[in-house]
Amino acid sequence: MFKLLNGPQTLGESRVFWISFLLVVSVAMLYPAAADAYDVGNVAYLLTWTFMAMGLCLVWGYGGMLSFGQTLFFGVAGYAYAVVATNFGGDAGTTFLALIIALLLACTVAAVLGYFMIWGRVNGVFFGIVTLSATLVLSFFLGQTAGPEWRIGSARLNGFNGMKDMPALNVPWAGGEPLTFEGVPLYYLVLVLVLVVYLGLRVLLNSRFGNVIVAMREDPQRAELLGYDVRKFQLATFVIGSGLAGLSGVLYTSWGQFITPASIGLPAAAMPIIWVAFSGRSDITATLVGSFIVLWVFQVLTVYSQQAALLLMGAMLLCTVIVAPQGFVIGLVQGMRRLMVKGAAPGAPAEGEITA
Amino acid sequence: MIAEIFSFFYQFADVFAFLILSAAGLAIVFGMMGVINMAHGEFIMCGAYVTVGLVHAGFPLPLAQLCGALAAGLIGVVVEWTLVRKLYKRPLDSLLATWGLSLVVTQGMLLVFGSSVAGIGTPEGSFMLGEYSFSVYRMVLFVAALGVLAGIYLVFMRTRFGVHARATMQNAAIAQATGVRVNRVYALSFGIGAGLAGFCGALYAPTMTLIPTMGAAFLVESFVTVVVGGANVLLGTAPAGILLAVIRTALNGWGGQIVGQIGMLLAVILVIRVLPEGMSGWFARRSR
Repeated sequence: MFKLLNGPQTLGESRVFWISFLLVVSVAMLYPAAADAYDVGNVAYLLTWTFMAMGLCLVWGYGGMLSFGQTLFFGVAGYAYAVVATNFGGDAGTTFLALIIALLLACTVAAVLGYFMIWGRVNGVFFGIVTLSATLVLSFFLGQTAGPEWRIGSARLNGFNGMKDMPALNVPWAGGEPLTFEGVPLYYLVLVLVLVVYLGLRVLLNSRFGNVIVAMREDPQRAELLGYDVRKFQLATFVIGSGLAGLSGVLYTSWGQFITPASIGLPAAAMPIIWVAFSGRSDITATLVGSFIVLWVFQVLTVYSQQAALLLMGAMLLCTVIVAPQGFVIGLVQGMRRLMVKGAAPGAPAEGEITA
Repeated sequence: MIAEIFSFFYQFADVFAFLILSAAGLAIVFGMMGVINMAHGEFIMCGAYVTVGLVHAGFPLPLAQLCGALAAGLIGVVVEWTLVRKLYKRPLDSLLATWGLSLVVTQGMLLVFGSSVAGIGTPEGSFMLGEYSFSVYRMVLFVAALGVLAGIYLVFMRTRFGVHARATMQNAAIAQATGVRVNRVYALSFGIGAGLAGFCGALYAPTMTLIPTMGAAFLVESFVTVVVGGANVLLGTAPAGILLAVIRTALNGWGGQIVGQIGMLLAVILVIRVLPEGMSGWFARRSR
């Protein structure tokens, strides 16, 4: 299985890459010892979004389905976690039960929506606008649930103000006091999850499944003629990618103990697209690194002016499409590689590139 | 009794007008170029802002509305020329580029104009039927929607430009080979699409709060109408508008606006399962 960590569908397989990977991981592991608690919580916050980015990279970059609905599943899972955790009270590990229920719900919604779109053979552009319509309708719906009649069990939905003060993720711990995932413990939980999801996706993408979804991205008809039921693979990809968005939703809700319809509607729905397009949708490593950087820059700018930060995000998307459609991180890596290969053997095509 | 029937018709007409007016521009651009213009809402916003600005400057409302549509159309031609033209071979990328543009415009407007501008009231005037009172302006909107549909039909079926446009829609390469200036047809179509979006904004400007993000309020309706209508704006948009308006009016009456919107979305999801090419694809196949 570990052999599949490297393969044709993922960049970064040299020894240099894996040594720097281990270096980054060890720095990340030691980071809370060196930084103050606020910064650690903040990095944990930035990392919670990367699942949504990796999910979109899988669905869009590898699967070729342009889903504008990542925040739909983010919101479904976030609200589901809030409702279930509030109702269960959050003791004795029930928050993790809430997490599982929330993820299952997000995956179910993705499966139903995906079934209708994929079996109806909806093409690229429509896939985007149908998922976006569903996302906007969910955010409008949640926005008008301010009245007291909008409650599920003991949890009120609260309209535009959103839900807050639900219990954070916690597990029973030695000594009676439960271990609540806030600050440093949350950081480690999210970090481990990022590693598991990242490495897991690498294995998945280089396995037979990954090869098939790349084949169907390149040419669905040919993949079908080779004997694969493209629809099932597309649906599975869509559900996994949407489930990852759901994971982001749960972790985000638990991190700040609040969630509002604003995290679902516009302009929030555009954000995952921007992270992934800017980074380079065709590679999972580029997406993870690039999204983290974009999120960090966005957060730094938001402190000064949210409008200016969003304006920059829009301009970045425009720039990416015009200047580097494959994404800036990938463009950078390819450019460097071309330089290095040119230095070694002039005229030779870079590895992994198709020669015309 | 007549009053009740008319009341249902009135609500239907209101929803129908909203669907057609918000979708017409998007449908033309999609039908011609296969491009979904994600900045559609911003062209609507542009039409509304220009209208309100001119009314504040002392223009009569109808003239201001025409200017609003014209302004949006001209900006549309510029956007096509500078941005969209480069991306016709990559329709998905044009989706992203126009979405980026939409973010830049809404946030830029928020930075420049702040969150809201003083509006202009809905033109007064109502008529009574039985015990019910109906707004005249809503009927004007319905007539405007019918006018837009008739106008699209006339332009595309009865003018030289229309012939060129339909030829380009069918096969751009052959149309070009026979001497149609495809680039000009694209630029004009995008301009017409943007102009119709601006017209929609101009018509609804008196009835809404003016905020830079107001375009989002039209997006769902325009998207679902285009999805149900399919690629051919002449065949699909009007029937899609009627179907969705009937569904929505019935559900609005039963459970309110949001139930209507959810019901419309579910209807669309069902429709794409059965008719992935929309109503125009279905009509085209039947008539073949």
